[in-house]
Amino acid sequence: MRRIAIGILIVALMAVGAVYVLNTRDEAPPDAGTAFSVAPEQIARGAYLARAGNCEGCHTARGGMPYAGGRGIDTPFGTVYAPNLTAAAKTGLGEWTPADFWRALHNGRSRDGRLLYPAFPYPNYTHVTRADADALFAYLRSLPAVERANRPHALRFPYDHQIALAVWRALYFRPGTFVPEADRSAEWNRGAYLVQGLGHCNACHSSRNFLGATDGTLDLNGGLIPTQNWYAPSLTSTREAGLAQWDPHEIVGLLKAGVAKRGSVSGPMAAVVARSTQFLSDADLHAMAAYLKALPQSPELPVRNAKSLDATQHAQGAELYRQHCAHCHGDDGVGIPGAYPPLAGNRAVTLEPPANVVRMVLGGGFPPGTAGNPRPYGMPPFVTILGDDDIAAVISYVRDAWGNQGSPVSAFTVGRFRGHHRD
Amino acid sequence: MTSSFGRSGSVRKRRRDSPGVAGSPRRPVRFSQAVAALGLLAASITAAPEELAFEDSIAQRVQACTGCHGKEGRAASDGYYPRIAGKPAGYLLNQLRNFREGRRQYPLMVSLIDYQTDDYLREMADYFAALDLPYPSHQAPTAAGEVLRRGERLVREGDAAREIPACDQCHGRAMMGVAPAIPGLLGLPRDYINGQLGAWKSGIRHAAAPDCMAQVAQRLSTDDIRALSQWLAAQPVTLHAKPATVTLASLPLECGSVPASGGTER
Repeated sequence: MRRIAIGILIVALMAVGAVYVLNTRDEAPPDAGTAFSVAPEQIARGAYLARAGNCEGCHTARGGMPYAGGRGIDTPFGTVYAPNLTAAAKTGLGEWTPADFWRALHNGRSRDGRLLYPAFPYPNYTHVTRADADALFAYLRSLPAVERANRPHALRFPYDHQIALAVWRALYFRPGTFVPEADRSAEWNRGAYLVQGLGHCNACHSSRNFLGATDGTLDLNGGLIPTQNWYAPSLTSTREAGLAQWDPHEIVGLLKAGVAKRGSVSGPMAAVVARSTQFLSDADLHAMAAYLKALPQSPELPVRNAKSLDATQHAQGAELYRQHCAHCHGDDGVGIPGAYPPLAGNRAVTLEPPANVVRMVLGGGFPPGTAGNPRPYGMPPFVTILGDDDIAAVISYVRDAWGNQGSPVSAFTVGRFRGHHRD
Repeated sequence: MTSSFGRSGSVRKRRRDSPGVAGSPRRPVRFSQAVAALGLLAASITAAPEELAFEDSIAQRVQACTGCHGKEGRAASDGYYPRIAGKPAGYLLNQLRNFREGRRQYPLMVSLIDYQTDDYLREMADYFAALDLPYPSHQAPTAAGEVLRRGERLVREGDAAREIPACDQCHGRAMMGVAPAIPGLLGLPRDYINGQLGAWKSGIRHAAAPDCMAQVAQRLSTDDIRALSQWLAAQPVTLHAKPATVTLASLPLECGSVPASGGTER
């Protein structure tokens, strides 16, 4: 009996030890007191990198001062509130050193030693170079100091405890360094660095397990974004958003302007284009395009996973389409280039799950206003015009017409998404 | 991207072509091909009644708005969404920015204009402000005459004891608003007026600080709000009624939404 108890104790101690070791690996003590000086070009470089990471997107409350924090990021475990990144001494980064900032970015540990929640995507940012981290810090320290107290996270038990976070990190986080692949071009490597690091593309474009962990920064196989209920399509499937067959200029155009011949960005990707990618250099966007184009493509799944529409359903959907959609998208679903996307052959329409097409029809929307497309054409929301049955019928028709091969959508599915658009 | 349309204002019949090929993503048909196809098909097409020509215009671009705010910015028949046609441009721009920046809450509206630039929002506001469309007929009141008289008294006299200024001091004698930033309150659905005054009173709706309307709404009781919405929605609006353009000497309260309002809290 005593032997078993000792055995359990030893295993427990080993586990604690392992969690401790795994949480402090590759961590240098912050070199406190180091003089902090920056060159103006470092600040400009940092400003650009902050765009590449869309730091402002999370670290700014709606209508609030830029980078002063306060925006809530909803997760399945509760809400994480992004902190103040301005140069404010008490509530911001005013007293941080470059080494403190590096440790946050590279190791996911705050200045006071607390472990940071991975809603701050340090599993990606750990790949950012020290030089880039220093430039980012120089930029953030150049921002006007806004004293705005940080709001405590509102997480459920046990996720609100550091020990739970330590275990999570022991399981799913390792500090990393970006190592260029020698047999790839410099452009590909630059793209890999941006996509895996600051771009944190896999934060949305991959699925997460029950503890919110992805399969790592290389996984871009698509996933439903937790709590937001938009589907970030797979970048490795030609049926979803795989780019292997796209012209690089088209990819760059989409990331820069938000619209391309085959469609436009919507939902969370509209935010990414509006706040981040439209500001990146053509060289960096081409690098990202080169990397994304070269991603290994997953094997094709069977085309259709449900029955096609019967004649009555088809006719009902076609009539609704004629009344409400054909005016802009055309009788044949070809759209109008630059204004209204084609629906025939549009992969966003036939995605499985159908979250995005349902949300587009319910909520309508404009592509983001960008320098390349400053006055987008919009689509009205149909949540106030059509009931769930009609919306399901017209979407099922569009997913089935003109050679499209998406499965029908039920009124129940439409109803599930309706609440996102109406209070 | 917009350059693919040709010059601003050019009008073109929407193009049609043959149904798509199954399976793989298609490239859209070139414009020249589309024109050729259109030429061949034109004779055989009998356009559906709602089939209008596509044009590169601001009216075309903001069709997203008319689903709720009605065709050309008149209120739709469901009785809630406000008419936006003919409201002062500065007011409309302020509201678009208020939605984008979290001072007004309506998820549908926020998600529509979330990532648009100030320049584009201003263009939208100017477009709807310049529309001169007939107003819908007023809503018959559902409350007793006493309630309506209370509403009218608040509009014309306010209530000095409770520091409630008369509505028409700011919203204009005709209650059709004052350009550029003060909205008219006639021609709006009763439900919408109730909804907005309630939202202001409970702190859900805000305007730029100092938020004069929030101060007024917080002094209103729910009975006041009911009386106001009953009276306001029951007033007929004359044809081509427009916001006043007079310069207000000073407002009874300081208003962040009204440039140089000059007023101070009493």
